[in-house]
Amino acid sequence: MEIFKSTKIYNFMGSRLPFLGLSSILFIASIVLLVTKGLNFGIDFAGGTIVQVKYEQKAPISDIREVLKKKPAYSNAIISKFGSDEEVVIRLSGSSSDLSTDISDKITKVLAPTGKFEIRRVDIVGPKVGGELREKGIMALTLSILVILVYVSFRFEWRFAIASILALIHDITIAMGAISLFSVEVNLDILAALLTLLGYSLNDTIIVFDRIREGIQTSKETLIEKIVNESVTKTLSRTTLTSLTTFFVVVTLFAFGGEIIHGFAFTLVVGIIVGTYSSIFIAASFLVQLKFSITSFRAKEAEKVKRQKEKERMRAMYEKGTV
Amino acid sequence: MKILNYRLVIFILSIIFGIVFSLPSFMQTDTGKKISLGLDLQGGLHMLLGVQTNEAVTSKIKSIATSIKYFADDEDLLLEDLSIDNDTITFSMLDKDELPKIEKSLEQISGLKISVDGLNVTVSLTDKEIERTKDLSVSQAVETIRNRLDQFGLAEPTVIRQGKTDIVVQLPGIKSQEDEKSARELISKPANLELMAVDEERADRVYTMSEAQAAEYGDLILEDTNDSNRLYLVKEIPILNGEQVIDAKVAFDKSNQPIINFTLNSSGARIFGDFTAKNVGKRLAVVLDGKVYSAPSIRERIGGGSGQISGGFTVQEAGNVAIALRSGALPASVKLLEKRSVGPSLGADSIEASMMALILGFALVVVFMVVYYRRAGVIANIALVTNIFIIVAVMAMFGATLTLPGMAGIVLTVGMAVDANVIITERIRELLKQGMSIPKAVEDGYSNAMRAILDANITTILAAVILYAYGTGPIKGFAVTISIGILASMLTAILGTHGIYDALMPKISKDKNTKKWFGVN
Repeated sequence: MEIFKSTKIYNFMGSRLPFLGLSSILFIASIVLLVTKGLNFGIDFAGGTIVQVKYEQKAPISDIREVLKKKPAYSNAIISKFGSDEEVVIRLSGSSSDLSTDISDKITKVLAPTGKFEIRRVDIVGPKVGGELREKGIMALTLSILVILVYVSFRFEWRFAIASILALIHDITIAMGAISLFSVEVNLDILAALLTLLGYSLNDTIIVFDRIREGIQTSKETLIEKIVNESVTKTLSRTTLTSLTTFFVVVTLFAFGGEIIHGFAFTLVVGIIVGTYSSIFIAASFLVQLKFSITSFRAKEAEKVKRQKEKERMRAMYEKGTV
Repeated sequence: MKILNYRLVIFILSIIFGIVFSLPSFMQTDTGKKISLGLDLQGGLHMLLGVQTNEAVTSKIKSIATSIKYFADDEDLLLEDLSIDNDTITFSMLDKDELPKIEKSLEQISGLKISVDGLNVTVSLTDKEIERTKDLSVSQAVETIRNRLDQFGLAEPTVIRQGKTDIVVQLPGIKSQEDEKSARELISKPANLELMAVDEERADRVYTMSEAQAAEYGDLILEDTNDSNRLYLVKEIPILNGEQVIDAKVAFDKSNQPIINFTLNSSGARIFGDFTAKNVGKRLAVVLDGKVYSAPSIRERIGGGSGQISGGFTVQEAGNVAIALRSGALPASVKLLEKRSVGPSLGADSIEASMMALILGFALVVVFMVVYYRRAGVIANIALVTNIFIIVAVMAMFGATLTLPGMAGIVLTVGMAVDANVIITERIRELLKQGMSIPKAVEDGYSNAMRAILDANITTILAAVILYAYGTGPIKGFAVTISIGILASMLTAILGTHGIYDALMPKISKDKNTKKWFGVN
């Protein structure tokens, strides 16, 4: 079985401007969303309290609202359904730092008239911890990007590095735009998902870039557009296949993984679609837009080979003892 | 080509390794190293506590004041206006000749800043000593909390210091809210025992006195533990503090009420004996965590260094107080910075849901690979299964903890692990289409794919390493699984499947059926 049977080379670069246009629209829309609507930071980053309650019967959400409203301490509580009909999550903006009085005891008392239930989870994150986590998250993201930049520059060329980072920023920003659009709660696991995407999208891009590098070295073609078209076409089945298998898993996770993992899986689903799209249509366009020159790259590579040969010649001479 | 090649041998060894070391985790046997389940999967309590280190400095100053007072009383030196303000002790001497004696005794305590102005003496801690005291208070708090939890009898509590002032406490397997509550109480109880002298001269005026007035006399107003309307006026500088307690036990008094018997160390016993001898007829307040439990009159000198706390405990409370006293006072109070408690039923649900997703997603990938690549797909699937065994085995060997994001990491690895094989097989197909012979296509397919796979995987691992370095708990777990997954997939997908092809090559080249083997004509 084969998906892309024909040996035809698709002209991706010929239509790169419309795709760059589409990406720009998505990218700008995401930025606008992020600036105006913003991210729905969960308690991991914003601090606060979450209590997850499971009732024996259908959760009486309006009753819960009613009893909580009566207590001034909980009047700001947000109650929402969580997965099944029996389960609710109560969010409170404050967090108690007192070890001996506990929110779960208090909530148990307050909710007592609403029916039979069990408290399944209580998360309390103080404001200091939230701030620290946010800082560390941004730090991790920035550092990863820097390290990747250095590695790719070292292994390929600086334009490849810039292009892969641009593709990366493109993917992550659009994924975050989707997170903002659907008001997905941003917690530590969403951060983990975004960082996974970073790895995944990079993986995809590098496989394509590797083909381009190979094309430059092996074919006699001097037009970068043609080499890119050929390389992207040749990696097309691999890109779609791997995306497909990963997609299978992520979609099952989204569908059957339970409410707790929903945001995580959602981010990955969006990210994989965007990442696949960008490594086929976008990443290499950046390379072309950056005026990557094949001749100078070849000259540099030839220089490298020459130096290597020179070294070997010198070594051979030393080993023979005739300098 | 030989049937047994080095690649195949290494692959078979890694399969054996994977199966042997992952079995304890899959079977949940009692012996052998297993992956432990994170709190989000098995239920339990995770807390991040912040030690209020400033309090430790204050209490250190207080205990220095206590020893100054004891020294002065013991040597019959005349001190006046001994008081503490802003972590500074001030007092004045009545007799200039006695000043050197006091100075000499203070110099024996290290880390003090002493300044003398005429007859007035000011004592405070040096900056270095303040830092040291703060640091010590955190490590001591870790030790104390660990001791208390051990004695409480909880399975595998983890108490680790994090950063300058924080402590991570993890209690897996807490079943009920009551268990959690008493664990929290046990941890947070300062268990600061003080024996304080009642200011008999002014005790009658306690109900009309303000705290500021009391402070002017060097006194404190404390409430009774059972009746907050009952007040006591006690001397601010305690006679003894909890540091001198070496043992505490629950006992019962004549009316069968639980009480706590405590034993003091030798210096504590001496101070206690001297004080009670000199103060017969006066009252001695037994103060625990700032509340007066009892204030009996001293009838005679109490030697032997033991005393008791009575005051309406329940049996369980008395037990907890005794554990807390035995394992030492918390040098400073702790605040809750973060708490995550997961009920066991939620954990079980999470495992079930992600297991289901894992198996389903896995099955989809396996079927798809066979349909698409035929026998090459079967070979890739062998690598994929081995991969999972190896991840579990390596995680078990390191005693890693499997969390929900960690599980997601495994799920994702399943998707990505086939990637290397997809790249290789696509390369082989390409070469076959160009008309290359099968053995040559397989050889070149592997070598052509190698550079791309390495570059792609190394960048992902680099990102994972940074995640590990900067991430907290669950993210760290996620980074570990991803890294192990990538390394394992390089071993199985690059080396392992290549070994299988080498072994099967005589058969494949005789067969020459590229449709059957690689799903391509």
